[in-house]
Amino acid sequence: MINPNQLTLVELQQKIKSKEISPHELIQKTQDQIAKVDTEIFAYVSINERAKDQLTSLVSKGNDLPLLGIPMAVKDVLSTKGLKTTASSKILENYIPPYDATVVKKLKDAGAIVIGKTNCDSFAFGASTENSGFGITKNPWDQSRVAGGSSGGSAAAVAADECTFALGTDTGGSIRQPSSFCGVTGLKPTYGACSRFGLLAMASSFDCPGPIAKTVEDCRVIFNLMKGRDNQDATSYYKDYGAERKKEKIKIGLAKEFFSEGINEEVKKTVKKAASLLEENGFLIEEISLPHTQYAIATYYILVPSEISSNMARYDGIRFGKSREVLEDEVKRRIVLGTYSLSAGYYDEYYDKAARVRSLITKDYLEAFSKVDVILGPVSPTTAFKIGEKTKNPLEMYLADVLTSSANLAGIPGLALPCGFDEKGLPVGMQILGPHFSEDLLFFIGETYQNLTDWHKKKPNLGGKNGN
Amino acid sequence: MEIEKIIIGLEVHVELKTASKMFCSCSADHFGKIPNTQTCPVCLGLPGALPVPNKKAVEWTILLGAALGGEIQKYSCFERKNYFYPDLPKGYQISQYRHPFILGGAIVLNSGKKIRIKRIHLEEDTGKLLHETVEQEKVSLIDFNRSGVPLVEIVSEPDINSSEEAKEYLEKIQKVVRYLDISSGDMEKGSMRCEPNVNLAISNSGRIFYTPIVELKNINSFRFVKKAIDFEVNRLFEEFQKNRIEKAKGNKQTRGWDDTRQITFPQREKEEENDYRYFPDPDIPPIEWTDEEISNFKKQASIFELPWDKKARFQSQYLLSASQAEILTEEKTLADFFEQCSKLGKEKKISPVEIANIIINKRSPAGLSPAQLIDWISHQKNSPSISEAQIDQLIIKYLSEHKEAVAGYKAGKVQALGVIVGLIKKETGIVVPIEKIAKFVDKI
Repeated sequence: MINPNQLTLVELQQKIKSKEISPHELIQKTQDQIAKVDTEIFAYVSINERAKDQLTSLVSKGNDLPLLGIPMAVKDVLSTKGLKTTASSKILENYIPPYDATVVKKLKDAGAIVIGKTNCDSFAFGASTENSGFGITKNPWDQSRVAGGSSGGSAAAVAADECTFALGTDTGGSIRQPSSFCGVTGLKPTYGACSRFGLLAMASSFDCPGPIAKTVEDCRVIFNLMKGRDNQDATSYYKDYGAERKKEKIKIGLAKEFFSEGINEEVKKTVKKAASLLEENGFLIEEISLPHTQYAIATYYILVPSEISSNMARYDGIRFGKSREVLEDEVKRRIVLGTYSLSAGYYDEYYDKAARVRSLITKDYLEAFSKVDVILGPVSPTTAFKIGEKTKNPLEMYLADVLTSSANLAGIPGLALPCGFDEKGLPVGMQILGPHFSEDLLFFIGETYQNLTDWHKKKPNLGGKNGN
Repeated sequence: MEIEKIIIGLEVHVELKTASKMFCSCSADHFGKIPNTQTCPVCLGLPGALPVPNKKAVEWTILLGAALGGEIQKYSCFERKNYFYPDLPKGYQISQYRHPFILGGAIVLNSGKKIRIKRIHLEEDTGKLLHETVEQEKVSLIDFNRSGVPLVEIVSEPDINSSEEAKEYLEKIQKVVRYLDISSGDMEKGSMRCEPNVNLAISNSGRIFYTPIVELKNINSFRFVKKAIDFEVNRLFEEFQKNRIEKAKGNKQTRGWDDTRQITFPQREKEEENDYRYFPDPDIPPIEWTDEEISNFKKQASIFELPWDKKARFQSQYLLSASQAEILTEEKTLADFFEQCSKLGKEKKISPVEIANIIINKRSPAGLSPAQLIDWISHQKNSPSISEAQIDQLIIKYLSEHKEAVAGYKAGKVQALGVIVGLIKKETGIVVPIEKIAKFVDKI
């Protein structure tokens, strides 16, 4: 008997269409799985109690919707109408939005059912979900380790088969890094390709909602339903890039900065092996350089907190029912950092200078993409780290974003997918970065890779205390 | 010791009368509406909501700037002005700072003096705080209907040197926004607000001293602008005589106008300049105009004749007196009416001055169209003229026919004679003053 929780979105679509699986059964099985494993994993901060009713009303309309009855987990920074949206922060513990985020609405309109809201670092500030106001999400492969972050709950929910796919957000790596830590596939879309309307802002010029799923193919299906210009988001934009990029030989660049010191040897080795496999299968590999990569983290951690300090001002203690004292430490830290760098006398030295370095980093990428079609590298310097390992040193936690944040500075898309395991049995992820709006190209390479490998099919052993 | 010069700069806020708010589709017509009925996630600043600029509001701001002779900026952007106040739901106001839509421009006073405009920018209005007692408890309530209404800020250079000039400058701005039909410009309803910045240059034994700057708030009529400035000028002078404190960094003060007590009172001492931590709003892409778009705006603006230009033209083209031209250009609809009448009057040899007098003195029946007015005038001119004696006879005739009017008058109701005025006007078209009729009462 097939376990529908383990099936991919595309497989489920077929089986629901052929009536091999009923959507109600699928929702029930998903809820059973959550009941079974989530007390340990803590992927969800809240469960949608009305999921089945919503499905019933959808089915009664007899709709032939592409995602009919597919259980979707939604990161708790995305607004869900009538369903608590806390950003995993105590200050919004009781906030119920009166509207759906555009990306949530689009997927609901396509038939997906919100199964629950997933845990994250509060307001998405972090790389491990340890900053959540409600608890730490455990890595399904090894519960003594973090699931990554900030979309740790979404990635863990997909890895532990507690949903078919999940929505995450990526501001500096928050989709790609947890996907990598949990051995699943995640897409950080081009900035603007998916509407931010209804996404509780972290850093407005960086935030990108995107899918986390079991395969690249699934990510493609979900992304194509999410993307597009939204009249409610002035920064949203979409252009079709795919057609321009259909060529015989695709050139993949390996940025030497992505394989430099400080990146774990096993990770490097695993990702290089993946590159070799692609080379054996007709892709061209070329070494390139992104000279400004070394400034990415510094630039990122000036601009992002600056925007955060302003975006967090609405949680002023007057509305939403809680006082600012309940804000988590990392939230307070970033408000202070950002307030400083925007202050009179410091603006030019910090914010303005960082904004200029940001354009240099973007230029790096654009120049690289005139030589190669995409860039391949590891997602994270290490595999999943131990819970508590980096919490005492915020700076060390910030360095977890070292390989991911530059894509956000440049606004380019990045696809993270599993490419092996380290000696501890922890998943290793690689990311493929492409020019703005080159998602189709990333999907093509990713799907080719997943046809050649079965890393994405490996499942953590949730029966035992630790992973396999 | 004496006042050498009064130095005033004016910050004027004008609410645009666009159908919807600045960054969402809620109605911008907020005055007198039930609190919080015109709100949405965007203007309530709910988590995740995003602003999308109102195109019309942007265009109107540019139009206003161009009409006032300002320079349309090729590149402009919205920035966030970060400060905490309960009526500001996002904790920042979307405004413009480093790159406003318009730089420069001027308002020309009747004296010919030019008041330079520094900048014109667009921002969003805040909500409103209401301090009330609910169930015996003193509470502050917030009404967000006004939150996000488009607000244009016009900042003058400190070229204004008297309260009269300040008042005239304001009246001219009101006239312009009404001419352009972009705002009601109603100060009493708060759709136009002003904050004068006042200080004095004082001469004493051959030296000039500058007093600290005071920003005046809570001014909601033209009358109060003058009163508040006059009060403040005296207060500043007296205070300087007492404490000799000169203008210095950080000693600007904010004072409110209290109309009941007719005084200004301190609201806030500015210890140091407020740090608003302005930075470009990442939710709104910057706005860049092409040269073609800019020249289109200029073309559009050039069609609009400024009130004072119109006044000058009326004087030269129609040979009106300054005061006639002033009255007729008070409102654009009246000016347009006059011009249509003048055009029609030409064929019937009725001079513009004649028309102006009839309109200004309201001598014709109300509610006539330009064609009807011209017909009425020409009818008046062509009917045989009535002598004073004939009028006198008519008065006597009607008085004897209407004993009740005479009785009413004798009982002390002067207005009782109004019926006679009406009858004579009906017969001859001439309005006889009631006082004249009264003189005949005893002769009957």
